[in-house]
Amino acid sequence: MQKDSLLPTTRALAADPREEPPDPGPVISIRGLVKRYGGRAVVDGVDLEVRRGEVFALLGPNGAGKTTTVEVLAGVRRRDAGEVQVLGVDPAVGDRAWRDRVGVVAQTTGAGNALTVRETVDHFAAYHATPVPGGELLDLVGLGATARTRVDKLSGGQRRRLEVALGVQGRPELLFLDEPTTGLDPVARRQSWALVESLRAAGTTVLLTTHYLDEAAHLADRVGVITAGRLVEVAPPAELGGELRREATVRWTEDGVPREVRTYRPAAVLRDLLAAAPGELPDLTVTRPGLEDVYLRLVGVPEEAVR
Amino acid sequence: MTAPVLTRPAPPSWTRIARARVLLELRLFLREPQQVVFSFAYPVLMMVVFGSVFGANEVSPGVSFSQYFLAGIAATGIMLTSFQAVGMGIAEERDRGDLARLQVLGTPPLAYAGGKAGQVLLSTAAQLALLLAVAALVYDVPLPDDPGRWATFAWVSLGGALAGTVLGIAVSSGVGSARAAAAGIPALAIVLQFFSGVFFVFTELPAWMQQVAAVFPLKWMTQGMRSVFLPEQAAAAEVAGAWEHGRTALVLLAWVVVGTVLAARTFRWRRGA
Ligand SMILES: Nc1ncnc2c1ncn2[C@@H]1O[C@H](COP(=O)(O)OP(=O)(O)OP(=O)(O)O)[C@@H](O)[C@H]1O
Ligand SMILES: [Mg+2]
Repeated sequence: MQKDSLLPTTRALAADPREEPPDPGPVISIRGLVKRYGGRAVVDGVDLEVRRGEVFALLGPNGAGKTTTVEVLAGVRRRDAGEVQVLGVDPAVGDRAWRDRVGVVAQTTGAGNALTVRETVDHFAAYHATPVPGGELLDLVGLGATARTRVDKLSGGQRRRLEVALGVQGRPELLFLDEPTTGLDPVARRQSWALVESLRAAGTTVLLTTHYLDEAAHLADRVGVITAGRLVEVAPPAELGGELRREATVRWTEDGVPREVRTYRPAAVLRDLLAAAPGELPDLTVTRPGLEDVYLRLVGVPEEAVR
Repeated sequence: MTAPVLTRPAPPSWTRIARARVLLELRLFLREPQQVVFSFAYPVLMMVVFGSVFGANEVSPGVSFSQYFLAGIAATGIMLTSFQAVGMGIAEERDRGDLARLQVLGTPPLAYAGGKAGQVLLSTAAQLALLLAVAALVYDVPLPDDPGRWATFAWVSLGGALAGTVLGIAVSSGVGSARAAAAGIPALAIVLQFFSGVFFVFTELPAWMQQVAAVFPLKWMTQGMRSVFLPEQAAAAEVAGAWEHGRTALVLLAWVVVGTVLAARTFRWRRGA
């Protein structure tokens, strides 16, 4: 996707201008959020702040509490404890004007009804003061060619894209995207990424959840890793895992046997190794953990389980 | 990118959204074969069946079967396009995720209810027009020619349709899944039809059935419709010996109020939050 082809997009999606200059405070602030089901805390004391204009990704295994958190923030699920402010308002009492500033793409895609894609976006345009024009909106999510198809006849991925379109139609200041690209083909995924990038360029704050680490690395300014209802780390994707990140693994083969050493000082290890070696060291590599390795260790998966 | 510092425009008014919803609801209603057959066309089918089976037999001197049952069929039609269609429709929209979408868009519940009511009134009007045309043209049922009777027809229809709409919204909150709604609501509607004198001459029903029926709107709608389509002297054959317009209006109004309160207090965009 070419950068310049996104320029009109950026303009199309520019968030509605608002009365006061963007206040510098966080767009989302959560303190001690708890949600219980039948006595079991599925969100268990989450603290988080998301800044204006930031793209924040929540990562975590199935059942970690990502959707529950997003639903509380979007004002569609009650919480059991904690303080939550979204755009300066408690989502539990967010009114219509507040909802108008928030876009939501839920994890579950609706089954769709007998309306066509175009009829659907034309209808929902009536809910917004300054909706993104219908044709433009469909092109943004790559549904231009399916405009006349009934929604209940769309493929799963196409319905997903329609949900994304409806989420951004009202030019929200803050957008929740719960697994926006699950079920999308690789081209559609890249298209969604481009959409998020143009939203960011237009000043929209985005909170997304994903299981794709490359997606988080590509899109997010910061990622939060949540597991069993607790936020275990928050950092820019390249810094996630701190110490874990700096640990390098030196591998080589000696007498036909693979060897490996973990170290924070790979250069020193290499010097010793090379000094001791009579000739070539077959299969010599120095690697540092990628986002995926760090993620797996953060969520507590034993390494043997994934090797 | 810096956006110009201006006021974010207020979202559109609930009436604007309600208007858009009426059109959307009509479209969806017409594209749902199940709704069109079992809610919209059903009374015409009933008319054809009753008319063909009983033909010109008389319920009482001067009152044909077709004429007597047209009243009950019209009342049933109103109940189906309002109570049954709305109750089943909402349960299905909730299951399908349509309502969750409306919730996150901040749709005013009043706009949603307004859309339902508008669609119900329009489809009921079309349904009744079709039914009366078939009754008059095919089964020779005489239609009233004085405006007073048409006025009665109008307020009974309107009251019945509004009561059915709000009760349909209310029942959809209690009924659970779309599947449960599709099984339970038509069953309830059929039982009410038996009790309310849609299939039989009301005065021939056991007294306890008449008393149960008198609690619900359908019996009163049916009776109101009889006062529209039957000759004046037929009033003497009613349980009370009169058409009881005042009481009919009161019962329908009471159900509109009760239904509105119930609907407003129980309405949920999603099951379990
Ligand atoms: N309505 C509910 N009733 C009871 N338990 C629930 C309900 N909704 C969610 N849960 C439980 O809460 C936990 C967190 O669920 P949640 O949907 O937030 O996870 P998630 O991180 O979004 O997972 P995934 O990656 O699979 O989407 C899960 O264990 C789930 O079983
Ligand atoms: Mg989830």
